[in-house]
Amino acid sequence: MSETALHSQEPQLLEVSIGPQHPSTHGVFRMNVVLDGETIVKLKPVMGYLHRNHEQLAENMSYLASMPYTDRLDYICSMTNNFAYATAVEKLAGIDVPERAQYIRVLMAELTRLVNHTLLVGFLLNDLGAFFTPILYAFREREKILDFFEATAGSRMMCNYFRFGGLKSDLPAGGLEQVKKIVNNYSRFLDEFERLLTNNEILRSRCQNVGILSKELAVSASITGPMLRASGVNYDIRKVDKYSIYDRFEFKVPLGKVGDVYDRYYVRILEMRESIKILQQILKQMPEKGEIISAKGAAAGKSPRMWKPPAGDAYGRIESPKGELGFYLVSDGTPKPYRYHVRPPSFINITILEDMCLGYKVADAIIILGSVDIVLGEVDR
Amino acid sequence: MNIEEIKTDLLKHVPGLELTVEGESFVVPKEKLLETARFLKENEKYRMDYLSCVTGVDYLAARQGQPGQAAVGGQSELASDYLESVNHLYSMEKKQGPIVLKVRVPRNNPRMPSLTPLYRGAEYQEREAYDLFGIVYEGHPDLRRILMWDEFEGHPMRKDYVEEDQDVR
Repeated sequence: MSETALHSQEPQLLEVSIGPQHPSTHGVFRMNVVLDGETIVKLKPVMGYLHRNHEQLAENMSYLASMPYTDRLDYICSMTNNFAYATAVEKLAGIDVPERAQYIRVLMAELTRLVNHTLLVGFLLNDLGAFFTPILYAFREREKILDFFEATAGSRMMCNYFRFGGLKSDLPAGGLEQVKKIVNNYSRFLDEFERLLTNNEILRSRCQNVGILSKELAVSASITGPMLRASGVNYDIRKVDKYSIYDRFEFKVPLGKVGDVYDRYYVRILEMRESIKILQQILKQMPEKGEIISAKGAAAGKSPRMWKPPAGDAYGRIESPKGELGFYLVSDGTPKPYRYHVRPPSFINITILEDMCLGYKVADAIIILGSVDIVLGEVDR
Repeated sequence: MNIEEIKTDLLKHVPGLELTVEGESFVVPKEKLLETARFLKENEKYRMDYLSCVTGVDYLAARQGQPGQAAVGGQSELASDYLESVNHLYSMEKKQGPIVLKVRVPRNNPRMPSLTPLYRGAEYQEREAYDLFGIVYEGHPDLRRILMWDEFEGHPMRKDYVEEDQDVR
């Protein structure tokens, strides 16, 4: 090193590659970070390590055969992935869904929201250094919901439970009792969780005013889900589109004020409480008996390799726990989709990761990424 | 918002726009895409501030059973084979939408303007469409491959793409 470089006042920048094999990146995700001291001056996400061209696979098989593959997108929330795909195909082919099936669908979607948000909060605390205490509480509660999924769909995580026009099967005997138990106990668990976390001094000082995302940037960057609402934008597809039967339930859309990591944490806690309210209403309103798949949907399931939706295109979207999950389908009137595209919420939500991280320390970048809630199965597809 | 009303407004406010309605969506010439999107974003009545979904579609006549789309009038080189970029616009402020804007470009020269300067949310989605379809978005700040690695050749979502292990039969 020359004499001048040693004594120069120019900052010495350091390039660090965080990931892809690092537990805090929540999968095989890499951040190329340029540091000045410990402050981030540049951050470029690198992804694609889990890319398997899901869309190409789906274009080479029948419509129904893609259903189990959608489970593997966001592998924490297979039920809502099924929901979004079924919604898009139903829109494309004009298939109706019977009432009881609608209730069970919403029931599954809201339970999935509980699973996702509980896990996210647990993992966020892991990233914060509260190593494995909160996440084990989260896993304990999640297990109860997964038991119910297993009893109903036959699988804990890869549920493959939805069909076009309805569901694979009805709830098992005693299934609703199981849900009642979960719903009744969940508020108590959330209270316990919140006593541990919400007013925790360390959590507050680490999360408040870190990774602030402004309202304007959030909207222009197509951010959706709890992350958007934490920035104070009131946009929930359950309210806006009123898909399925969401217009029958009363629930609020919790909003954040600052748009920092703490708001993103707290909005999710509040959303879980709203989900519990929806679940209680479902348990009250749900018809005891009824069809679980419509005639048109059953016909599609009977001979999936022969079934042809009419030519045209459709975009179906739902509010998945992570944001707007959409499927864009183009049919040319053959049994295989001509174009099958997934609009994954967490892929688009990390567009502005650099904007949120600039000026913060490396340890902050880890929790900012944690608060975005990414799942690499969905980001890379 | 019905589709005829939107069409009338677009034709009135975007000078020189040639518009085709196909089902629920609009086919816009690439030169007018930015102008149309800007009008929809800034107009009081629409406020389409949220670009939800950007993706490409490869229309190759030889691979289609019964084409869902009719050939576009006036753009003769796009009669049957073309790449299409599909944009779904919604409004977060007014809670309405979608308005679907489709842009078609020839397969041998797939260049079209990028929406990223207007909607930040298009950044990664356009990179993905570039990566998998080879659509070149002009004006994109950072157009690189995103899912495939940099040295990869070809665009795997195109309908005439041949997988590596299939070409030597």
